Amino acid sequence: MSAPLVSTNDFVVKFANVNGSGSASANQLFGRIVLRMGIPATPRNIFPSNIQGLPTWYEVRISEDGWLGSRGGVDLMVPMNPQTWDQDMASIAPGGYVLYDSTKPMPEANFRADVTRLGLPLTSMCNAAYADPRQRQLFKNIMYVGALSALIDMDVAEAEKLIGEQFRGKEKLIKPNVDAFRMGREAAQQAFDCPIGLRLRRSDKVGDRIMVDGNGAAALGAVFGGATVCAWYPITPSSSVAEAFTSHCRRYRGEPETGKRRYAIVQAEDELASIGMVIGAAWNGARAFTSTSGPGISLMQEFIGLAYFAEIPAVIVDVQRGGPSTGMPTRTQQCDILSAAYASHGDTKHVLLLPEDPKECFDFGALAFDLADRLQTPIFLMLDLDIGMNERLCAPFQWDDSRRLDRGKVMRFEDLEAGRKFGRYLDIDGDGIPYRTLPGTHPSKGSFFTRGTTKDAYARYTEEGPAYIENMERLLRKFATARSLVPAPEIRSAEQPTRIGAIHYGSTSAAMAEALDMLRRKGAHVDTLRLRGFPFPAEVEAFIARYDRVFVVEQNRDAQMRSLLTIELGIDPARLIPVLHYDGSPITARFIADAIGREAAIVPFRKAVS
Amino acid sequence: MTYLPKPKFRHPSLPRNRLGFTRRDYEGTVSTLCAGCGHDSISAAIVQACFELDLEPHRLAKLSGIGCSSKTPTYFLGSSHGFNSVHGRMPSVLTGANLANRELVYLGVSGDGDSASIGLGQFAHAIRRGVDMLYIVENNGVYGLTKGQFSATADAGSKSKYGADNNDSPIDMVSLALQLGATYVARSFSGDKTQLVPLIKGALAHRGAAFIDCISPCVAFNNHSGSTKSYDYVRAHNEAVNALDFMPAREAIVVDYAPGKLEEVEQHDGSILRLRKLAADYDVHDRIGAMTHLQRKAAAGEIATGLLYVDPEPTDLHAHLQTVTTPLNALSDAELVPGAAALAKFNATRR
Repeated sequence: MSAPLVSTNDFVVKFANVNGSGSASANQLFGRIVLRMGIPATPRNIFPSNIQGLPTWYEVRISEDGWLGSRGGVDLMVPMNPQTWDQDMASIAPGGYVLYDSTKPMPEANFRADVTRLGLPLTSMCNAAYADPRQRQLFKNIMYVGALSALIDMDVAEAEKLIGEQFRGKEKLIKPNVDAFRMGREAAQQAFDCPIGLRLRRSDKVGDRIMVDGNGAAALGAVFGGATVCAWYPITPSSSVAEAFTSHCRRYRGEPETGKRRYAIVQAEDELASIGMVIGAAWNGARAFTSTSGPGISLMQEFIGLAYFAEIPAVIVDVQRGGPSTGMPTRTQQCDILSAAYASHGDTKHVLLLPEDPKECFDFGALAFDLADRLQTPIFLMLDLDIGMNERLCAPFQWDDSRRLDRGKVMRFEDLEAGRKFGRYLDIDGDGIPYRTLPGTHPSKGSFFTRGTTKDAYARYTEEGPAYIENMERLLRKFATARSLVPAPEIRSAEQPTRIGAIHYGSTSAAMAEALDMLRRKGAHVDTLRLRGFPFPAEVEAFIARYDRVFVVEQNRDAQMRSLLTIELGIDPARLIPVLHYDGSPITARFIADAIGREAAIVPFRKAVS
Repeated sequence: MTYLPKPKFRHPSLPRNRLGFTRRDYEGTVSTLCAGCGHDSISAAIVQACFELDLEPHRLAKLSGIGCSSKTPTYFLGSSHGFNSVHGRMPSVLTGANLANRELVYLGVSGDGDSASIGLGQFAHAIRRGVDMLYIVENNGVYGLTKGQFSATADAGSKSKYGADNNDSPIDMVSLALQLGATYVARSFSGDKTQLVPLIKGALAHRGAAFIDCISPCVAFNNHSGSTKSYDYVRAHNEAVNALDFMPAREAIVVDYAPGKLEEVEQHDGSILRLRKLAADYDVHDRIGAMTHLQRKAAAGEIATGLLYVDPEPTDLHAHLQTVTTPLNALSDAELVPGAAALAKFNATRR
């Protein structure tokens, strides 16, 4: 028998709900109250490929130390879905708590002796208070948040303020929600000795950080990056990129005098048409992007190759997810690294940007358009479901008003009129990047015919081998230029000198930071490099050379980034040790620390250090 | 060879249009298609139409997919930007280009393989979105560049050059375009330049989705008896519903036809489509009637040609999307980037 858990500002609360029952906003409210109390909290949605009826979970990790990665395990469970009761009960850590609806009596066997039972008759309370079935459902959700507020000592004033903000513009909904919240709170206060062992205490660890989802952040980055054309096809988990772009544009991109739109968003008939429209728009000088996920990348392959060879800017937001079909696609992975890096037929390679959180989704989202124009090539912004579809605490977004959009090498009417030499695929500056002209620029100069590979430096049709090779070599020079333009890797040195290094990227970052801390406390020191872009800047090769062993931590089965490192940098694969997490859940600090600890011949950690 | 430009010298008395260009200024490089290919006649008709329309060559963008027809944009309008994209996907590239700059004229050139087979979906969706363009299908019922396979527009019962029967039902691009909402729909024949040139002019002046299905015999693989896309067959079965004269608005209109035989349609840009009716009671504004007429003629083994449908007041994708009149590719940083103050406000809503 475990004693009830005792912890302040460091525990995990998980809600089990039925999809479509309106629980999302109540659960979100819970997370926000914690944040308003100055305590870092990280919510994660675990949802099925379903609109209504299937199980869904919402997990909030509360961590005064600021760990934002998934921790694993549950300390306080709120199982509101009878379908998953058994599995939810089983997931609770020894000594944990369960807040449940006790309206219907349940057999003793449904409970665990080492879990504290907190039963409230939520359904009967709701049925007594509300007549409308939908209201009974919705207010039950708010009621359990109210009950939690008593159990873990949440700030009521913050809660009521947030409810007011949530229903701004729909004022008549504020009071019923506040009433339901109070009803739940008072019932808990009467029924239990509040607070329980898990509790909150106001802190100041949130600072000026903001809470935002990566998809929405990338979409906002696209607005700031000057994107005017978005063509997309619905696919989980990327649809909210285009949807957020739509709502951001409504706010920021109306023409004040006319109300007309300084943007065009087309829901295409498929991913092929989406990328085709992006390429057509970018060929014609507009900044354009599409958002998709792995299957969409597969469908776009031919066009991506055309854009690479014809040297047309394009931005592709890839919110990565598990494999094909439905099911795993609502789970997270980093499994499109190779298919994006080498997308298409022929000798192709592409620039990847690897954001760690919504802040970088925003930054790289804007940067991607400058890079696409500068390099005249497709740029992949590689999100994943974990940072894309979950809200995450991150640094506030910043913009320098003196920054100008970099349109790259475009010859204008004046340049052509002044007699500047123009060859569409001519490398004048030695960086492999040629000048382009936009259709409609000049009546007699600068027009050219856009093709794939069959052309010379002046875009004239030719099937001659030397002209082909010259062009392909120039494309390699251009790719080398990209190494210095993508964001530099972030290198962190351990407290003590070490012969062990680790490479990671993207959403693994939060779990990695915590894992390093766990390892440090065990006396294992690891230097890290976080990749932020591909092609790999020079620091990456130098980093790998410095260590005896380098772990490559990623969320896929086939160690895709490790392959890319060995292929592109010519590194002996034996020197790169894969640490791979790919069951669809976000990677955890415990997983990384265990794997590195084991491999580095350090005594493995005890399980469940909570 | 395609990379060989035509000689630049020209007769000093070549007629010039209002912009001072001769017909030669609208040409491209030397065609590499087979001698007698219908597609070359269509290229010539495009050159003629653009010359007569006084179109600035650089204000037109020509886009194509893959195939014999899609090679032709190299052979006309050498001063225009061109884009030879991927097989069957020209419509999406053209749609994107059009979104970026609504001020240019967009000419999409495709074939029956490119548009009716691999690209049927993109064709359909570009038409139903009302993209402002002229979409020409150079229709020969056969894959030329891969040497003579049937295409999806080949009539059931027609025979290949090597004697194979086509048993599959044909896709009629004109019927599809009508059903999907194209606002200017015509069919013509590469061998009838008198009919084709005005149809192209009217379509280029049209500010919506204009579609021309132009039957264009393949002399190498589909010009034999047993083909329904041969010169002889099309000449024998061509049933024009009307004859079109295109007049830009500024030209004086002289009526010299018997009343009832002539209809004038003013398009949104002020240009006039003057139609001499050849089929009694054919109404060029009746979409459903046009579809019925097509089906009847097809059942009788005849090919209905001419301007089959026109909506003189079309809307287009930009109207549906409510975009600004400034081309999206010409918006300034200040018009595009909300700036630091807006971002600070955004941050405040996320705390």
